[in-house]
Amino acid sequence: MTDVTVDQVVDHHDDHGGGHASSLGLSNMKLAFWLFLGSECLLFGALISSYLLSKTRFITEIIAGNPNVVSTMPAELIQEFQEKGSVEPMFDIPFTSLSSFVLLMSSLSMVLAHSAIVKGDQRNTRLWLGTTAMLGSIFIGGQIYEFTAFYREGLTFTNNLFGSAFFTLTGFHGIHVTGGIIMLLSLLFLSFQGKLNSSRAETVELVGLYWHFVDVVWVLIFTIVYLIP
Amino acid sequence: MAIIEGEPLALPSGTPDDRPNPLGVFARPHNATGFKDWLTTVDHKKIGIMYGAAAMFFLILGGVSALLIRIQLATPNNTFLSADAYNQVFTMHGTIMVFLVVMPIGAAFANFLMPLQVGARDVAFPRINAFSFWVFLFGGLMLNTSWFLGGGADGGWFNYAPNNGIAYSPSSGIDFWNIGLLIAGIGSLTGAINLITTVLNMRAPGMSFMKMPVFVWMTLVTQFLLLFAIPVLTVAQVLLMLDRQFDSNFFNVEQGADPLLWQHLFWIFGHPEVYLMILPAFGIVSEIIPTFSRKPIFGYPFMVFSGVAIGFMGWGVWAHHMFVSGLGPLSVSAFSVATMFIAVPTGVKILNWLATMWGGKLTLNTAMLFSIGLVTQFTIGGLSGVSHAIAPSDTQQTDTYYIVAHFHYVLFGGALFGFVAGMYFWWPKAFGYKLGEKLGKWNFWGMVIGFNLTFGPMHILGLQGMPRRMQTYDDAMGLNLWNFVASVGSFILGVATLLVLVNAYLSSRKWKAAGRPDVGPDPWDGRTIEWSIQSPAPNHNFDVDPVVTSLDDFWHRKYAEDESGKIRRVATGAQLAQPGNGEGVHLPASSYWPIVLAASFPIIGYGIMFTLWLTIPGGLLLVLGLYGWSLEPADDLDLPHDHDDHADLAGVGASHD
Repeated sequence: MTDVTVDQVVDHHDDHGGGHASSLGLSNMKLAFWLFLGSECLLFGALISSYLLSKTRFITEIIAGNPNVVSTMPAELIQEFQEKGSVEPMFDIPFTSLSSFVLLMSSLSMVLAHSAIVKGDQRNTRLWLGTTAMLGSIFIGGQIYEFTAFYREGLTFTNNLFGSAFFTLTGFHGIHVTGGIIMLLSLLFLSFQGKLNSSRAETVELVGLYWHFVDVVWVLIFTIVYLIP
Repeated sequence: MAIIEGEPLALPSGTPDDRPNPLGVFARPHNATGFKDWLTTVDHKKIGIMYGAAAMFFLILGGVSALLIRIQLATPNNTFLSADAYNQVFTMHGTIMVFLVVMPIGAAFANFLMPLQVGARDVAFPRINAFSFWVFLFGGLMLNTSWFLGGGADGGWFNYAPNNGIAYSPSSGIDFWNIGLLIAGIGSLTGAINLITTVLNMRAPGMSFMKMPVFVWMTLVTQFLLLFAIPVLTVAQVLLMLDRQFDSNFFNVEQGADPLLWQHLFWIFGHPEVYLMILPAFGIVSEIIPTFSRKPIFGYPFMVFSGVAIGFMGWGVWAHHMFVSGLGPLSVSAFSVATMFIAVPTGVKILNWLATMWGGKLTLNTAMLFSIGLVTQFTIGGLSGVSHAIAPSDTQQTDTYYIVAHFHYVLFGGALFGFVAGMYFWWPKAFGYKLGEKLGKWNFWGMVIGFNLTFGPMHILGLQGMPRRMQTYDDAMGLNLWNFVASVGSFILGVATLLVLVNAYLSSRKWKAAGRPDVGPDPWDGRTIEWSIQSPAPNHNFDVDPVVTSLDDFWHRKYAEDESGKIRRVATGAQLAQPGNGEGVHLPASSYWPIVLAASFPIIGYGIMFTLWLTIPGGLLLVLGLYGWSLEPADDLDLPHDHDDHADLAGVGASHD
């Protein structure tokens, strides 16, 4: 390899697909990542559909007064559900709006992290990667608080259809956010080791893609689960 | 790729490190041989062969369970199998055949062949490719350990809710089914991402989309179907797992749950699944029929677009499996029309194969015979399929042996015949010798006779009203004759199918006894570029980047028009073939991590089923596997290699994954 010239070095780093100009002009990693996200769309699509169906069936049974279902939750909560004809009384919309806002802001800091690494600005890369991970953690903290609050009010994973569907859908999303936080922290770790230079900007971009995707999914979940009665 | 010292190759994997063993864990295995080589290989050809071998193993399991079913049904009021055992046997037969035989044989061909046909060094992510295989194999093996751990699943291969709940199926069988397939699904998903990336991004210079071989197109469509279908099945199975292991209520009818949710989710996956089992076989015969008709494929663009059309329309017909579930007249009509419509692109393909053979100089060897077998038998299966599209007729036929006859005609008479054709055709490219023609003819005619004797009578049984999954029947029902014929046929079919393996063994022995004569790069006068390299295909595939100028590129390099406009041979395949000199080519190095990472899933799976404590070591292994994988050097720096003549090609395989 002693005869590799500087030109070749630059050349090899321009196409991060692995040294070979790819047929589509897009790196293999990026293409694969988009495919993965496409697959994730179907995963969340199926989960959201299952939630909607389960919640609708739950409300129908509550309104019909099915004793098996009514007996699963405290009477005053059931009464509120029946009056409103929806599960809306369960939710604390202002609180969840705030944590949603936090999560959406983390997309901004993710973009700033990517823009910093493209410029080779290590300090800001670390700052914004750390900020993104922190905002994500605040969101997860909010979710844990919300889950505990619901549990105390009498909604559990096992007591009825609504509980199973709600915790499964939001839990799946929470696991995705947690995975993202782990990836961000791993990048931060690599950065402190000095192994995250601008030739690796694509990796930050890919983690960013994932992060934005998870945010967009939350926008859907927040609208469908919390806002639409 | 030229390795540049002191510069990162890739991230997160691939930081060059002068220590031989960067984390003190696993170094890349160096020049592993024998058993260790197979466990750590990332070579797409070896992985393809392993997919095929695993599928053959599961084919024997699935075949034995099929024969058990036929013994039980051979005579009325038979007590060979108890009702419970019978339920397990037909459920496991269907599950094994669909998920562990037909799908992996498709994956075997896609892995072995597609990179050769697009002129690539390897797939886009060689380590992920190995991971896909191991995770499929471990999932499949875990599924089959149920035989020893309390019995197999017993709810039919689609395990409808609420019958799949704890209340109706308290044994662990369905848990094995559920978690085993969840694990195998991970492999399908990563495989799909990998193969799509390879087709889209790693084609040889000049190979535009409309110059790709039909098999590559069908692989692309198949993998897109997998990419989008698998997550839907995953959701259904996760919900079932939560219900069975963690007491949630998704299919709990007492809580007002709608069991149709399972049917919808399952068939949204299940119908694309049907097409992704048959399309690879369509691709295979689309390569074989032109070769042995000595004509280009008739209507290549129609062939391609009908495949793509099947891929799209396959998403809009799932509810035809549910016509009797009370969907309402509007849904039934819409799905009925959509189902009739999807027969059109399939018909286009049949027509094109016939038109390719029409007026051609046919060579009726075993590969061609099996291809013709597919065309014929799939047409029969397709016609009975259209009769299901007519909802009133389907209401009569559903859950009878007519359905059983239909899907065996498309999946056995269609897909499996196509795969056997492909094995006869590409065997020399994989192993360096041809399978024996004489035994091949026995193999073919035995399978045709056995197959039609077994499944032909099932049409009649179904129309007589014999329900599927019935453990036995009464003497006076008038079902004796055809059931007996089917059982006799099934044994002929079983023996004839085994002849594939017998033929492989005998041909290999004969070849070795004769001193391993060279079969030549191009034994069939082939059309596509995989025939332009030596047989068996060398480790590095192509010495230099093939440059593709037309569809059936290799054929066009062998033949040209003379002055009078007649097509004449200008060169033989052996003259044009690359010599197989891999000097200086840098290949992706083997790795332990794919198998380590894959091994964590069954441990977690058993943990979820039996004791959650087991998920802790499984989870730790998973995390260790992921970080080990990520931090492993992208390539082996210690391997000697010269100035990299093939730099722009070799880099393809060295891509980080």
